[in-house]
Amino acid sequence: MTTETLIWLIPLPPVLAFFIIVLFTNRSKALSHTLAVGAAFLSWLGSMVVFFRAIGTEHLGEHPFVSSIPWLATGDDYLWIGVQIDPLSAVTLFFVAWTVLMIFVYSVGYHNFGQPKGDHDRPGLQPHGATVADAHGHKHTVPSIEPMYSRFFAFIGLFAFGMYTLVVSDNLLTLFVGWEIMGLCSYLLIGFWYGKPSARAAMIKAFITTRVGDVFMLLGIAYLYTMTGTLNYREIFYNPEVLNYLVETPSYIAGLSAAALIGILLFLGTIGKSAQWPLHVWLPDAMEGPTPVSAMIHAATMVSAGVYMVIRVFPLLSAGFENGQLTPPMLLMAFIGAFTALFSATIAVAQNDIKRVLAYSTISQLGFMIAALGVGGYVAATFHLVTHAFFKALLFLGSGSVIHGVEHGVLHTGDHHMDPQDMRNMGGLRHKMPVTFWTFTIGGLALAGFPLFTAGFWSKDEIFADAWAHAPIVLLVLGLAALLTAFYTSRQITMTFMGKPRTKEAEHAVESKWTMTVPLVILAVFAVAFGWVGIPHEFPVVGGIIPNWFHEFVGATLLEHPETLPFSWIPLLTSLVVSLFGLWLGWQVYKGFQVGSTDPVEKTLGATVYRWLKNKYYFDELYDKVFVKPAYWLAETFTSLWMDRKVIDGVLHWFAHISGIIGNFLRNAIDKPIVNGSADLIAESTKRLGAVFRTIQTGRVQQYMILALVSIAAFSALFYYLLVAAR
Amino acid sequence: MIPLSWYLIFAAALFSIGLYGVLARKNAIAILMGIELMLNAINVNLIAFWRYRTPEMLGGQVFAVIVFAVAAAEVAVGLALFISLYRRRNTIAADEIDLMKW
Amino acid sequence: MTALQIIFILVAAMTLGAGMLVVTARNLIHSALWLVTALFGVAIMFVLLEAGFLAVVQVMVYIGAIAILIIFGIMLTRKIASDSGPRFTENWGWALFIAVVLFGGLTWLLASWSGFQAEPAPLSERFDSLRQLGVALVSPDGYVLAFELASVLLLAALIGALVIAWDRK
Repeated sequence: MTTETLIWLIPLPPVLAFFIIVLFTNRSKALSHTLAVGAAFLSWLGSMVVFFRAIGTEHLGEHPFVSSIPWLATGDDYLWIGVQIDPLSAVTLFFVAWTVLMIFVYSVGYHNFGQPKGDHDRPGLQPHGATVADAHGHKHTVPSIEPMYSRFFAFIGLFAFGMYTLVVSDNLLTLFVGWEIMGLCSYLLIGFWYGKPSARAAMIKAFITTRVGDVFMLLGIAYLYTMTGTLNYREIFYNPEVLNYLVETPSYIAGLSAAALIGILLFLGTIGKSAQWPLHVWLPDAMEGPTPVSAMIHAATMVSAGVYMVIRVFPLLSAGFENGQLTPPMLLMAFIGAFTALFSATIAVAQNDIKRVLAYSTISQLGFMIAALGVGGYVAATFHLVTHAFFKALLFLGSGSVIHGVEHGVLHTGDHHMDPQDMRNMGGLRHKMPVTFWTFTIGGLALAGFPLFTAGFWSKDEIFADAWAHAPIVLLVLGLAALLTAFYTSRQITMTFMGKPRTKEAEHAVESKWTMTVPLVILAVFAVAFGWVGIPHEFPVVGGIIPNWFHEFVGATLLEHPETLPFSWIPLLTSLVVSLFGLWLGWQVYKGFQVGSTDPVEKTLGATVYRWLKNKYYFDELYDKVFVKPAYWLAETFTSLWMDRKVIDGVLHWFAHISGIIGNFLRNAIDKPIVNGSADLIAESTKRLGAVFRTIQTGRVQQYMILALVSIAAFSALFYYLLVAAR
Repeated sequence: MIPLSWYLIFAAALFSIGLYGVLARKNAIAILMGIELMLNAINVNLIAFWRYRTPEMLGGQVFAVIVFAVAAAEVAVGLALFISLYRRRNTIAADEIDLMKW
Repeated sequence: MTALQIIFILVAAMTLGAGMLVVTARNLIHSALWLVTALFGVAIMFVLLEAGFLAVVQVMVYIGAIAILIIFGIMLTRKIASDSGPRFTENWGWALFIAVVLFGGLTWLLASWSGFQAEPAPLSERFDSLRQLGVALVSPDGYVLAFELASVLLLAALIGALVIAWDRK
C-alpha cells in the first residue's frame, strides 16, 4: 500500500485495542495483553516500513509524505487535516515505535502476568502478593498479578494512539488533539492505583499543572489561526512570506511581534507538558504511577512531545533570527531550559527514591534539549530527544526491574513497611540481578554522557557545541548541570548495585523475567548504537568514518539546512571532563555507604542546604500557598459559601419570604375576611333569618289556624277586589 | 214569612261565635264545644237552604243527617284523644300541647 | 211582624246568647250547659224550618249523646278544668277580629246574592218529608252510599276511640 495510507493507519491499532479491551475483553487478561501488544507491534511494523521508506527518499524535507482531507467547513473554505512524514517526524516515529513496543512487552512482566491472584488484592491498590503452598506444604508469598491488568493495557493503548497521532499529524490542531489525549491518559495512568491517596493527589496535580500550559498553547494556536487562517505546518513554517508577515506584525503586547508572541505562547505549552520550571512540580509526583507509565509517558514519549512540538514550530520561533541575535522566544527557551537543567539536577542529587532521581533527571535533560533549541541547535535538540528517549526509557524500565526484585525480597521477609524504592535499602544488586545491572549501567552511562560508546555522549556533545557557538553562558550552565547529572547517576548506580546488600530484602532480590529483561537489552543496544549515526564530521579520530547521517537527514527538514558548526575543542573537553569526573566522584563518595548513615552530600553541603535540595526548594509548598489554597478558598468560601449560599440562596429565601408574606396577606386579609366572610355571612344570615322565622312554629294549633284564616281573609279580599270589583 | 236571609245571618253569626271559641279558648274541650257550635250552624244553613230552595229533593236533609253522624264520630274520637293526652301530659290546655314546634 | 217571626227572633237571640256564653264562660261545666241550651235552640230552628225529624234527631244525638259525652270528658279531665287561669289564649284579639271579619264577609257576600231575600215556597199537602227522607237514605237511586259510608265512619270512629283511649297499664 502507499506510504500515505500506511501513515494514516499507524495510529489505528492501539485505539482499536483500547476499545476492544474496554468493551469486550476486560475480563480476560491474556486476551487483553495480546491485543495490546499485538496492536503495538502492528504500529511498530507500520512505523518501520514508513521510516525505511522515508530514509530512502531523496529530498524528503522538500517533498515529505503528505496526505490530507477536508474536515471542518469554515465558511466557504475547509480546515484540512492530514498526515505528514518529513525527516523530523520520521526519526520521532522511529523512537516512539520502538520505545512503545518495548514498554508494552515489559508491562506484561511488570504486572506479573501468569502469577496467581493476590490474597488481599483489590482493584485500585498495588498487588501485595499471594500465598502459595508448595509440594511439602510450605507456604511462600509470591508476587501476585495486578487486579486491573486489562485496564492498564487499554489505557496505554489509548496513550499510544495519542502519541502516534501527534507524531504523524501535519497541522497543529490534530497535534493538539494527540497532546490532550496523552494528557488524559497520563492522568488516568498516574492515578492507576487510585486507592492510594497520594496517587489521587498526583494525578490531579499532573493534569492541572499541564492544563495551565495547555491553555496558553491553545491561545497561541488560536492567535496563529487568526493571523494566518491555517494551522498546516507546510503552509506556515515552510512559507517565508507567512513567517515574515508574522514577524512584521506587532502584537501590541510587550512590544513583541506576532511571531514572538505566538512562539512564546506555544512554548508555554511545552513548559507544562515537558515539566520545565516553573511548571515542573507534577513530574516527580507522577512517579506514583506504575513504572512502565513512568518510562513511557514521563520519559520517552509524552514529555518528549513537548520538545517535539517546539522543534516543529522552530521556524516560527526563530523567525527574525539573523546574525546571532536570539529572538524573544529563543531567549526565553534558552533561559528556561538552562535554568531548569541546573535546577533539577541539584534536586536530583539529594533524592533517595530511585524513580525520583530519574524523574528529576528527565526534567533536567529536557531542559538541555530546550536550551539547545533556544540557542538555535535544531539538529542537536532533535538528536538528544531521540537518544534521551532510548536511554531514559531503559533507565526507568531498569528501575522497575530493580523495584520488582527488592519487592520479591519484601514478600520473602514479610516486612511491608520497608520502602522497596528507597536506594538506601538496596546495594549489591549487581550479583542478584545481572542483566538489569548491566543494562541499567549502560543507560546511566548514556545519561552521564560517557564518551564514545554511549549515544548520550554524542547528542550532549552536539548541544555543547551549539551552545558554545551561539551563547557561551548557556554552555557554562549546561556544563554544571552535566557534571551534576554524571554525579547523581553514578551515585544512583553505586547505591543500588555496588557494594554489599544493605538490607535483607536486597539480599533476597531476584532477576526479573524475560518479558522484562529482553526490552531492557534491546533498548540498551539503541542507547549505545544510536549515537553513531550522528558523529560530527570533524570529530577527532572517529569523525568521518560514519557520515553524520542524522545531521544531513534531520537538517533537511528546515527550509535552510542548518550549517555544520566548525569543530571546537572547548565543548568537547567540557563534556569529557564533566562526564568522567562526575562519574568517578559519585562512585568515590558513595561506595562505602551504610544504612543509617547520613548522606555524604548532606555532610558536605550542610544540613540546611541539603534540606532545601531534598525538599525541591519548597516549590510545592510555595505553589500550595500561592495558588492552591487561594483556589480552594475561592471555591469553598467565596463562591460556595458567600456567593452561592448567602447571596444566591439569600435572594431565593428572600423571595420565598416575600411570597410567604404575600400569601399570608392574601389569606388573612382577603381570603378569610372577604371571601370566607361573605360565604359565612350568607350562611349566618340564613341561619338568623331562619331563627327569626321559625318562631312562627309554636306548635300551637290555634295560632296556626288564626294565621291561616287571617291569610285567607286577606287573600280573598285581594282576589275579590282584583277579579270581581275591579271589572 | 221568615226570609231566608234571617236564617243565613243567624247561621253565620253562630258560626262566627263557634270560630271564636275554637280560636280563643285554651281548654281543648272548650275548643270542641266551639266546633260543635260551628257544625250546628252548618246544619242550620243546610236545612234552611233545603227548605227555601229545593224542598222536594231531600238532599239537604240527607246531608244534614250525614253531618250529624260525622259530628258524633268526631266528638267521640276527639274526646278519646283528649283523655289519652290528659293521661300523658296531665294537661289539655291547647297552648301547652306544643311539641311540634321548632 | 208575624208570630213566627217573633218566635224566630226570640229563639235566635237565645241561641246566640247561649253560644256566646259557651265561649266565654269561666266554668267549663257552665260552658257545657250553655252548649246544651244552644243545641236546643237549634232544634227549635229545625222545627221552624219544617224539618221536625231532624229536630228530634238533634235533641237525641247532640244533646243526648254528644253533650253528655262532652260533660263526661270534662269530668275525666277535671283537675285542670278546676284551676283558674286565663281561659283565653294570648291571641284572642286576632280570633275576635277573624270572627267578626268572617261574619261580616259572609253577610256581605250573601247580601249581594239574588236569592237572599227569598220567601219559602209552600209545601204540598201530600208531601211527607219523613217518608221521603227514609226512602232517600236507603234507595240505591238516592243516598244509600253516603249512608253506608257514614256507618263505616261511625264504626271506624268507634274502634278508633276505643283504641286511642285504651289505658295500657
